[in-house]
Amino acid sequence: MKKTFSMGGIHPHDKKISAESAIERFPVLSKAYISMSQHIGAPATPIVQKGDKVLTGQLIATSSGFISANIHSSVSGTVSAIEPYPDIAGNPVMHIIIDVEGDQWDESIDRSEEIVRDIKLTPQEILKRIADCGVIGMGGASFPTHVKLSPPPGKKAEILIINGVECEPYITSDYRIMVERPEEILIGARIMMKALGVSEGYIGIEVNKPKAIDVMKSFSASYPEIKVVPLKKKYPQGGEKQLIDAVTGRKVPSMGLPIDTGVVVQNCATALAVYEAVQKNKPLFEGVVTVTGDCTEQQRNFLLRVGTPIDALLNSVGRLPKDAAKLISGGPMMGKAVSNISAATVKSTSSLLVLTSEQTLRKEEGECIRCAKCADACPMGLEPFLLNKLARAGRYADLERERVYDCIECGCCMYTCPANIPLLDYIRISKADVLKILRSRPK
Amino acid sequence: MRKLLVSPAPHIHGNESTRKIMRDVLIALSPSLVVSLYFFGVSAIELVLVGALACVSVEYVIQKYLMKVKPTINDLSAAVTGVLLALNLPPSAPWWVMLIGSVVAIGVAKMSFGGLGHNIFNPALVGRVFLLISFPAIMTDWSIPDSWFRDGVDAASGATPLSLIKEGLSSGMTLEQIQAQNPNLSYMHMLFFKTGGSVGEVSAIALILGFIYLLVRKVIRPHITLSILVTIAVVSGIFSLCDPQQFTDPAFNILTGGVLIGSIFMATDYVTSPMSTRGMVIYGVGIGFITVMIRYFGSYPEGISFAILIMNSFVPLLNKYVKPKRFGRR
Repeated sequence: MKKTFSMGGIHPHDKKISAESAIERFPVLSKAYISMSQHIGAPATPIVQKGDKVLTGQLIATSSGFISANIHSSVSGTVSAIEPYPDIAGNPVMHIIIDVEGDQWDESIDRSEEIVRDIKLTPQEILKRIADCGVIGMGGASFPTHVKLSPPPGKKAEILIINGVECEPYITSDYRIMVERPEEILIGARIMMKALGVSEGYIGIEVNKPKAIDVMKSFSASYPEIKVVPLKKKYPQGGEKQLIDAVTGRKVPSMGLPIDTGVVVQNCATALAVYEAVQKNKPLFEGVVTVTGDCTEQQRNFLLRVGTPIDALLNSVGRLPKDAAKLISGGPMMGKAVSNISAATVKSTSSLLVLTSEQTLRKEEGECIRCAKCADACPMGLEPFLLNKLARAGRYADLERERVYDCIECGCCMYTCPANIPLLDYIRISKADVLKILRSRPK
Repeated sequence: MRKLLVSPAPHIHGNESTRKIMRDVLIALSPSLVVSLYFFGVSAIELVLVGALACVSVEYVIQKYLMKVKPTINDLSAAVTGVLLALNLPPSAPWWVMLIGSVVAIGVAKMSFGGLGHNIFNPALVGRVFLLISFPAIMTDWSIPDSWFRDGVDAASGATPLSLIKEGLSSGMTLEQIQAQNPNLSYMHMLFFKTGGSVGEVSAIALILGFIYLLVRKVIRPHITLSILVTIAVVSGIFSLCDPQQFTDPAFNILTGGVLIGSIFMATDYVTSPMSTRGMVIYGVGIGFITVMIRYFGSYPEGISFAILIMNSFVPLLNKYVKPKRFGRR
């Protein structure tokens, strides 16, 4: 019996159409649009001005707070503007816009293909390098990696888990890097273990990726402190709390952080970025992005520079059919719908998915038949049918008592609902409100 | 792509629907329908058709002309109520009894509470109990009507096993004497074809087939049904060990008097059963216990209909205070 998390979960289809398309380099375009808000926390502060010449990999904006991250240019050329530019939701966000000239890299970056295995830096130097290189979590939350690798006083890390689960349908970017760059991921994991001072490492991969499991296993033979853990296929196993439960059996307490269980989770793409930062001095300015959909002519995996406009990326997979209706940045369960196709990609962009109206159109909402399928599917043991009702009635005290703040917004409830009730829409809004109420209370 | 659709995640749906679930319940009932057609012939089919049509029509009329909303009869929930009510009537019941039962089931038990998802009591059972109290003679007339298929099979005796035993015990006989008088009270009869009973409970095997189908299709989980059956077995086991001449044994109690159809199809109704696993078990144990108590000490021979309705009334309380286990509870 393969390991998995202990409660709830669903089994959406696991179509991974682009799985066997090797990573291709996406061409550098004539303009790059680099957002200052690519991470959770304070936006970065630009340190270049209009007209400045920049190199690929050059620092162009610095971290502006404890939770913030540096940003580097993904192209070489001239800064043409520093101004608000609409992001994927159409909201204006400060961007540095660069007119591309050639592709001249900062000379301090080691561009050789050679794998550097020796970890020479001390833990403090590692953390500083990761922060300098602007590495953030690539799994979705975009949390600055150096912050996550620095447990708060009084908390001690014991275990590092590398997230190779990729439980969302369609996305294959993590799968491709596990198959194509396994050793770099393992070295990246080892670097993070050194920074954390832990000697126990795991990499969790679902069994629907046997090739990734085989490849990672064969390489991990030379890294005995990191074990590959094959996991049963179940969504949302890539969720931090679910992955910790699946691999170690430890349960992150309600309102707590993973570090409360002594575990730190990092995505495998983050591990690769850490390897490149620490061993190659390469800042995070490119990453693997899957461009896919049942209705696209091609399904491909690209190594893509940050700041590439989404419409250019879409054009690379052929003409779109008339019934293409929704563009999603991320996966179909937790990704964000794109409303502005001229928006640019960011560091944590992992996938661009095209769905047809038939696949994604919401059906008419019916009456709740109290089947409790949503409660059975909830990986947090909540009762979504109840939270939905309380949210619609604005009963905040009851929502708090029913622990709406534990919701991880995985969407399992809404996926299973036979009455097509948009449970998560209401729960998400009420969760944000309840969190505001909780924060406003005197400590 | 001229216009982009924008809405929050999740962007895909599992394609489950109320209609598909209700259709699965109808499919799960079909083995019992076939068996009852074999034993009771047209009269069984007549009851089932009248029940389904009447329930659907009552719902349609109330929604369309009284509530003035879009009728939702396509979700098949009214049809399921109609079929279940028909399967709970004696095969000899006249069509107009079925019609009255349908009006009570849908009109009173379901629509007056607000329709699908809002009713406290199982509509089909409310219909059945209403008929049982209003037309006691018709509802306990277990004579078997003429059938196209049945040519002199030994299944012609009238009374149900439970009523035979209740009458026997009250006239001072022991269980052994009653069984000697009624050779049809054997388990093989009850498992495959019974000596008497309502339309839907002719064959235990057919009902169990339906149960397996519902489990495989993940329409229901086994907790409610199994906790009812286990409780009936344990409670009646204790009593029958104490006095085997007065109290019937567990296998007999499970195979008779609608326990199977009740525990598989009625007690598991989503709307009127608890939503947490622990709530389901408490509810099932309650139904099992009350059923045995009514049989042993009450004046009705069967009891599961009342037991389910009594436990239905506890469901709001169970839902409010018996919660699922939370992840990472401190």
